[in-house]
Amino acid sequence: MSVSYSQVTDWVSAFAVAVAENKEYLTELDSAIGDADHGINMNRGMQAVVGKLGASTADDQTDIGALLKTVGMTLVSTVGGAGGPLYGTLFLQMGASAAGKPELSPQDWADALAAGVAGVQKRGKAERGDKTMLDALMPAVDKLQDALASGASFDDAVQASATAAQEGMTATIPLVAHKGRASYLGERSANHQDPGATSSWLLLRAAADTFSGNGAD
Amino acid sequence: MKKLINDPADVVKEALQGVAAAHGDRLKVLTDPNVIVRADAPIEGKVGLVSGGGSGHEPMHGGFVGPGMLDAACPGEVFTSPTPDQMLEATKAVNGGAGVLHIVKNYTGDVLNFEMAADLARAEDIEVEAVVIDDDVAVQDSLYTAGRRGVGTTVLAEKICGAAAEQRRSLTDVADLCRKVNANGRSMGMALTSCTVPAAGKPTFELGPNEMEIGIGIHGEPGRERKEVVPVHEIVSMLATPIVEDLPFGSGDKVLAFVNGMGGTPLIELYIVYYELHRFLSDRGIEISRNLIGPYITSLEMQGCSITLLKLDDELTALWDAPVNTPGLRWGA
Repeated sequence: MSVSYSQVTDWVSAFAVAVAENKEYLTELDSAIGDADHGINMNRGMQAVVGKLGASTADDQTDIGALLKTVGMTLVSTVGGAGGPLYGTLFLQMGASAAGKPELSPQDWADALAAGVAGVQKRGKAERGDKTMLDALMPAVDKLQDALASGASFDDAVQASATAAQEGMTATIPLVAHKGRASYLGERSANHQDPGATSSWLLLRAAADTFSGNGAD
Repeated sequence: MKKLINDPADVVKEALQGVAAAHGDRLKVLTDPNVIVRADAPIEGKVGLVSGGGSGHEPMHGGFVGPGMLDAACPGEVFTSPTPDQMLEATKAVNGGAGVLHIVKNYTGDVLNFEMAADLARAEDIEVEAVVIDDDVAVQDSLYTAGRRGVGTTVLAEKICGAAAEQRRSLTDVADLCRKVNANGRSMGMALTSCTVPAAGKPTFELGPNEMEIGIGIHGEPGRERKEVVPVHEIVSMLATPIVEDLPFGSGDKVLAFVNGMGGTPLIELYIVYYELHRFLSDRGIEISRNLIGPYITSLEMQGCSITLLKLDDELTALWDAPVNTPGLRWGA
């Protein structure tokens, strides 16, 4: 069981579709505690990524690391805001972890995701509980690693990872933001779901949908 | 939404076309990625000054590109940070061998994107320093927030550091000077109305007909409190008191008083604000030795104003008085 180059492309495309479908929702969440542009920005970036992948004529589709780096650089140069460097770093670090690999074993996937999330943490200098995308990403990585370590199938592991991201996302609702623009609201940032954690859940859900069931071979 | 725009998606691009048409003799407007740069850049031996941020705050930053101020500005989408590729392009375009200073307003997006850009520029062997401006006293500065926002002091820092760079001072010197301006500048703003980001199509927040928001950010971020509109002298007191107490400014201090319009407030009202500020400061023995009055760091069509005070010494005063020749700020040139 492994993740192929085309499955990684499918995952990225599925995330783009999810972002497009939830553009208004993400922006609405952001207008409550941020600056009302998360959905607009992420959609602009992911549409650029889709355009880039569609236009790619690389016939040697063998380097998943290079693919992920392309996604990361495209996001960095098109999203803006905080989301651009953070999601860009996520994909760039995943790309560094997966460099040169034509396919990813389940552990490769988990390691790449862990490297990406570590990059986000370093770039944003946030901790779990600060009401950021890390509140969805970090539990997802932990769950993925634990599930694989305990011998779960890859299907089950990616599903559990997405569920952990969803729980982490929901758990941001009562939190008071300590990072980003929402932190300016202090206590008033509580009782709102974090938009970054929400888009991160969409990312992990897209992975689960793409890699589980008929996705992986 | 009623605006003089053709398509919300084209606002930044079309405004840049206008900048190029109007100021093409002095400025180059690069596209893909978007950068506004001095036509004579890079200037050998001069520290290059680069700033940038979301669009919608005009004339900041693009209007401050020119001799005596910025060498380049990176305009992002409306209220959205520009991206590292723009900042890298700007940095390369203005690098005259003496290094490049990034003047960054303290917003998470701006800071993260400029950090990535600095990493990229250093990888190309360009010496880069970054100074983050965080002067907004409306925001609590603590470990539990992203820190104070960067507002009015940014304009003053760009002018003063621009003058120092023209004197061929070193990158370290200009960066230290920028930190000094930031350390001595404090700001606070208020809004009478909201503003509408073109891509969003509706006001960022709602204010009742008799309400105002004290401590507003330049992107319509909520402030300290929402209250009934009161006479101007009371509003000035609500803005100036926290500013004066924060630094603090005291009797005998000389200051630059900057009364800034948020975009929708006419100059006649800003002069009323200035008069009340003048009285407020006189009562405390604080002397306004320089001033700046007008819309320089705006929030689209928002009505309201901000007050910035910068404590002046001889060095800062001389650099403030030095010639500047940009579309948005011009004297002595």
